[in-house]
Amino acid sequence: MEIKAIGCEPLQLKRMHIKDGHTLKVYQETGGYESLKKAMNMSQDDIINEVKASALRGRGGAGFPTGMKWSFVPRQSPKPKYVVCNADESEPGTFKDRYLLERDPHALIEGMLIAAFALGAAACYVYFRGEYRYLIDIMDKAIDEARAADIVGKNILGSDFSCEFFTHTGAGAYICGEETALLSSLEGYRGHPRMKPPFPAIEGLYACPTVVNNVETLTAVPQIIEMGGKAWQELGTEKSGGTKLWSVSGHVKKPGVYELPMGYKDLEKFIMEDCGGMLRDDKKLKAVIPGGSSVYIMNAEQIVGKGVTMDYEGLVVGGSMVGSGGFIVMDETVDVMESTKNLTEFYKHESCGWCTPCREGTDWLVKIFNRISEGGGRPEDAQLLLDICDNIEGKSFCPLGDAAAWPIQSAVKRFPEDFKKWLLNKTNGNGVVANI
Amino acid sequence: MASALATDFTNKIVYTDEVAEFSPEVVEEMKSHLVKYPPERKRSALIPLLFVVQRERGWIDNAGVNFLAKFLELEVTDVWETATFYSMFNLRKIGRHHIQICKTLSCKIMGEPEITEHICNKLNIHPGETTADGKFTVTLVECLGSCGTAPMMQIGFDYHEDLTTEKVDQILDSLK
Repeated sequence: MEIKAIGCEPLQLKRMHIKDGHTLKVYQETGGYESLKKAMNMSQDDIINEVKASALRGRGGAGFPTGMKWSFVPRQSPKPKYVVCNADESEPGTFKDRYLLERDPHALIEGMLIAAFALGAAACYVYFRGEYRYLIDIMDKAIDEARAADIVGKNILGSDFSCEFFTHTGAGAYICGEETALLSSLEGYRGHPRMKPPFPAIEGLYACPTVVNNVETLTAVPQIIEMGGKAWQELGTEKSGGTKLWSVSGHVKKPGVYELPMGYKDLEKFIMEDCGGMLRDDKKLKAVIPGGSSVYIMNAEQIVGKGVTMDYEGLVVGGSMVGSGGFIVMDETVDVMESTKNLTEFYKHESCGWCTPCREGTDWLVKIFNRISEGGGRPEDAQLLLDICDNIEGKSFCPLGDAAAWPIQSAVKRFPEDFKKWLLNKTNGNGVVANI
Repeated sequence: MASALATDFTNKIVYTDEVAEFSPEVVEEMKSHLVKYPPERKRSALIPLLFVVQRERGWIDNAGVNFLAKFLELEVTDVWETATFYSMFNLRKIGRHHIQICKTLSCKIMGEPEITEHICNKLNIHPGETTADGKFTVTLVECLGSCGTAPMMQIGFDYHEDLTTEKVDQILDSLK
């Protein structure tokens, strides 16, 4: 598996290939914790303004501007404030945070402490998905090292700034990547999302002001403080600042984690050259999911010769979204009806059951997919899938419902042949082609 | 394939008042989780402590839940409410080695079906079942974040990636 930067200096991936890069010693030898020192000599407003100037957007999937999220926290509130890192990386096709946590845990500690200083937070929590137990062990060691060096805990670096730092484990629930469900889980409850507003910035963990950010978002913060928000933004585009990690899996020769400047041109070159092209030379590219399973699937015609730019705006123009940056590349051997069924089973399993459209809708979608794959597909089934998606999208309590609907909506529209061949019911043989 | 389900592994939860006992070391370990959270927010430690119970007792059983309810000053139903939500908590007795094969899209298209078939044939069980000797339980699970090194499985907490049938044989044969 490849881990490398293309078209830019490695920033997020700076310590991926340095021996013992996860230790405090090597981290400090390679410039670590200098940004924290610098930030602690800045005003809270200046730090937040640098992050705003960087055009950093949340790397978990929603892409919300990070500086703006931080600015919503009422710093004058008498309640304790919290910084929570979302390390519940569970989006199918996404595995970038795993390598940051494994090989550069101090970068996350530094980014979170800068956030905590800027917001006056009393404690930081890193919420890991339960399966990432070995990463929790690595992070706990890093925290112990940092505590022994007066970098976390009381009177950080001899100042009057104190901030506690803890890891916390989930236990196998995709929904806990949604920030309010994560907070419910961190409080020891079932991972049900909460009504917004109030947003976590106002009432988050223990009903106190809280910022929840993805791992990659927080590890970008030390770079932004080091080089200045404007300089970091200029690595990317005006609205999509900096660099971004992309996880690549599926039918390519060189799957891996790639760091690209935002606005990288173009998606076809990325797959066919940077990632080594198709796994099997005699098989053609058929489909790409560029942003983790919850985004629109793209067909080859939308990619080949289209010059799709890899940033938040460019991928929307291209017909999908950045999401979490998890590429799943599929060659012509894949049946998109079956791949969509697989993802729908995922959403059914992971629906938390809190709201009816998502709980019941995903269950019905799987039932229909099962009927289709068992050979009992009816001509009207494609339209039925779309109707159910229409009753989930925008009508569920949290975005998991939308995430379940979008892959199906795009698959049916962009790969009609893969559905038609299943829906021409052989037993009644009336030749009615599904209304796609 | 012959089903090798032992009745022990499928028993329904029997609710009793039995309270589990843990060694002083384990109780100390549990207390070490409590310090992470504000004193009035003990419930936050529930998920980490359920993992401790599962490690010590092999699964989340009634007596372990009763212990946690007392330890965290919660109702027994509060503990069950959380324990039954998360897929990593085993509410039934499982085998000594829990083989969890990722079945989500990237693994699926990179060879998961072949790996699953191989493991199930080798152990003579279906996904979701436990071998008669109580050594292995096989479960199909959703994405574990190893898509670039697919197909993969997790045994206990250990990741095994870039699997081939030969590699699977080596791994399973090395387990006691």
